[in-house]
Amino acid sequence: METWPLLSIVTFAPLVGALLILVMVRGDREATDRNARWLALWASLATFLISLLIWINFETGTADFQFVEKVAWFSFPGGYTLSYHMGVDGISMMFVLLSTLLTPLCILCSWEIKSRVREFMAAFLVLETFMVGTFCALDLVTFYVFFEGVLLPMFLIIGVWGGDRRVYSAFKFFLYTLLGSVLMLVAVMAMYFLSKSAGQGTTDIVELLRFARETGFSPEAQKWLWLAFFASFAVKLPMWPVHTWLPDAHVEAPTAGSVILAGVLLKMGGYGFLRFSLPMFPDASVYFAPLVYTLSIVAIIYTSLVALAQEDMKKLIAYSSVAHMGFVTLGIFAATVQFSAGSLPDNLLGEQAVTGAMFQMLSHGIVSAALFLCVGVVYDRLHTRRIDRYGGLVHRMPRYAAVFMVFTLASVGLPGTSGFIGEFLVLFGVFQVNVWAAALAATGVILGAAYMLWLYRRIIFGELVKPDLMRMKDLHPREVAIFAPLVILVLWMGIWPEPFLDVFDASVKNLLTSFKAGACRVNEACFAAR
Amino acid sequence: MILPNLEYAAAEMFVAVAAMVLLMIGVFRGEGSFRLVSVLSILALVAAAAVTVWMSPVESRSAFAGMFVSNGYTTFLKVGILLASAVGIVLSVGYNAREAIERFEYPVLIVLAALGMMVMVSASDLLSLYIGLELQSLSLYVVAAIRRDSVKSSEAGLKYFVLGALASGMLLFGASLVYGFSGTTAFAGLAAQLTGASAPSVGLIVGLVLVMVGLAFKVSAVPFHMWTPDVYEGAPTPVTAFFAAAPKLAAMGLLVSVLAGPFGGLVKQWSQIVIVLAIASMVLGTFAAIAQTNIKRLMAYSSIGHIGYALVGLASGTGEGYSAVLVYMAIYIVMTLGAFAVILAMQRSGRMVEEIDDLTGLSRTNPLMAAMMLIFMFSMAGIPPLAGFYAKLYVFLAAVEAGLYFLAVIGLVTSVVGAYYYIRIVKVMYFDEPEDALDPRPGRDLGAIQFVAGMATLLFFLFPSLLVGAADTAVFSLTGG
Repeated sequence: METWPLLSIVTFAPLVGALLILVMVRGDREATDRNARWLALWASLATFLISLLIWINFETGTADFQFVEKVAWFSFPGGYTLSYHMGVDGISMMFVLLSTLLTPLCILCSWEIKSRVREFMAAFLVLETFMVGTFCALDLVTFYVFFEGVLLPMFLIIGVWGGDRRVYSAFKFFLYTLLGSVLMLVAVMAMYFLSKSAGQGTTDIVELLRFARETGFSPEAQKWLWLAFFASFAVKLPMWPVHTWLPDAHVEAPTAGSVILAGVLLKMGGYGFLRFSLPMFPDASVYFAPLVYTLSIVAIIYTSLVALAQEDMKKLIAYSSVAHMGFVTLGIFAATVQFSAGSLPDNLLGEQAVTGAMFQMLSHGIVSAALFLCVGVVYDRLHTRRIDRYGGLVHRMPRYAAVFMVFTLASVGLPGTSGFIGEFLVLFGVFQVNVWAAALAATGVILGAAYMLWLYRRIIFGELVKPDLMRMKDLHPREVAIFAPLVILVLWMGIWPEPFLDVFDASVKNLLTSFKAGACRVNEACFAAR
Repeated sequence: MILPNLEYAAAEMFVAVAAMVLLMIGVFRGEGSFRLVSVLSILALVAAAAVTVWMSPVESRSAFAGMFVSNGYTTFLKVGILLASAVGIVLSVGYNAREAIERFEYPVLIVLAALGMMVMVSASDLLSLYIGLELQSLSLYVVAAIRRDSVKSSEAGLKYFVLGALASGMLLFGASLVYGFSGTTAFAGLAAQLTGASAPSVGLIVGLVLVMVGLAFKVSAVPFHMWTPDVYEGAPTPVTAFFAAAPKLAAMGLLVSVLAGPFGGLVKQWSQIVIVLAIASMVLGTFAAIAQTNIKRLMAYSSIGHIGYALVGLASGTGEGYSAVLVYMAIYIVMTLGAFAVILAMQRSGRMVEEIDDLTGLSRTNPLMAAMMLIFMFSMAGIPPLAGFYAKLYVFLAAVEAGLYFLAVIGLVTSVVGAYYYIRIVKVMYFDEPEDALDPRPGRDLGAIQFVAGMATLLFFLFPSLLVGAADTAVFSLTGG
């Protein structure tokens, strides 16, 4: 097992599946579509099983990167050879699992897609390769290639299989995220040259983390680099006010596209903050913490209010995503706020908050994905997402009503569901460093309950009076198969979160230690504390 | 007198003899010999590429009393030029037959242009440089106007000729100023005078600027780009494809070798000019392309933008930067020739069409061709993992290393603007429903070029070291040898 390049296998297995679909699947229309669907499903399930194998063999309790692979890839002019370098720690492990879990579900929920099935399935598998690669990459250039490559299949998925305004949404999605990423590319190059002061420059993430811990970029350089990375991740996450691409993309994307967008793609932003911004630019993270906090709180309250006013189900859930991501950024940057407040207790706080942010991302990855799937279920039947076209569905679709309720409550953060653990840990951690931020964020929780429960009431409860709802059928077996694992996960994570927390506990601790080491190099609060 | 070291010009002599033999064959076989001459020209160009590699000296060697140099750098460029010219002829065979311009002079002129380009990049004296440049330019003027009965084609040829002559005049005037203020036209002599010189004379600087203007015209860098869209649109499409590839590589290679070689001592002076040219080209190339509806005009502005990116590498004034320019140009040529192979396959009931909207729904009527065009467009937009991304990575890496952060930021932001019009083509092909389908099947020659170029662009990330290593070696012999 030690010698198998498991991460490369899990990354490129979907790509092999995509190639097989494009090359092998032939014949008349019906046979092509059927074979493409099944081949895609098997490929994604196989990928999921491999990722489970990695999880089983994953050692908790250490913050080191595991399953590391390193092969020389190509050289920069001037001699530096950069590597194809892969590896997972606790933080990335969970995101890999999230991606490989959601992809087969997406393929299942796209079973009924009518046009260009072969291309759709291939695009989805290519997307999975890029997503998994993003989380496994341990070299900045490798990371960038995967991170940016995601745009290609996603652009096609929104544009080809999307709704009426798909062209506008696809362009907006593509250009918005591309603009954010190119600034990060400049920063990547700059980091290569700036790390040269300590001998050979490098783009290797492990080396850069060590460099940041031991030497560190100059505070001035950090600010620029932080801003460049922020441009990319803030768009991806998305943070207010650069979130406007998200509602459009979500609404117009096909169900599976929305699921992946909400479930995995948004998490790339949070992952980036944890992997790069916090440990590599600690001073800048401290310096910009008030900015992040302001934007996060605006996001939580403002987008919650916007969500209240939505007429379109997908749009409502999209705005709720922005609000939930506000909690994530609050949690990630809790430790930095402590510094910028100027006081430094002996033990560095923020561990709960960062853990909470991680958990919130995972939980949101499952819950929002499931909510989009729920919307997809009724959309498949009635072909509208307008909330006022529905009402009283509980009478015709009791199983659906139950499933939808689980995810609604998880989104609200009811104890016993995964949403509770994440939000609670974040609020708990934030309360320790900034009471006002915690208080304002808590109002977001109340608003969240308001819009989600109201949405649920309008769709599920009430009299079943609309004539076209009379013929609605309840969940069929394929849909049950999609929802079952998600319901189990949401409850499991809510009732017994230990197995998940254990995976990234050591990595989060290590992250905060190296953040503290970096931030204390110049921060006066540290000197005062000594 | 027996000239020593003639063997280093073996490839040039081979091409020159081949051009004359081909001309004879054409003359004696008469009008029907277009296909034969074309095939023989392609073979001759490929053979010349082999000869170039075979005769390539390990160290820099000069011939013709120091007028001519052969080294790794010239080999790299010549192989690129010869192969791109060969592909240029391949692209034209089917087209010329359809459009009834089967003149055997056409392939012969391209071979002569290739010869001019080879002399250009091998020049180590301002005079031999000029001779090569003129041989290339005169052949290209005629090729642009090869379709005599078309007003647009004649207009393109005339415009290209008038403006090209002006640029050549400037270059010649600049060369005379350089000679007047330094007393030599040899690159080695100029380099010796300029390295370590305290303050270069104003006359010499003016000469340098004029030489650069002449070359900037040839690479169509803004503000010397005016001819490009009209010539691209007016000239027959295979001619446009050829123009966009080999001459651009040759002129860019020449610009690098002239600025890095004899004028290497004035790097502070010329890099300012190159920075301005690069920014202007990137900005104008991308913004002007947005409004285009004709795909050939779009490619013209796109090529202006790409030249801007390549100039970013040159602006850094380092060996890494020059190597990045070579990598960029090589990848650019592959993408461009592939894209033109698609454009050439755009026919409706046997007639060429060239509006972007004509590609509507191509992904349904011809999935393979649409997929190839998709690869070229995303690659030109610089999206990883396609080759165009690595091209941009290398030039901007060189710029960042030289401390030109603002140039890198401007370049990358314009590349986002550029992405807009590239993905607009993808949108037309993939998102829109087909209305009036194009003829289904491109010729086998076009299909092969599309496929090879597409795979090279797609799979570049597997073996980037092949090209990058070759470019590094090439530049080493320019700066280190």
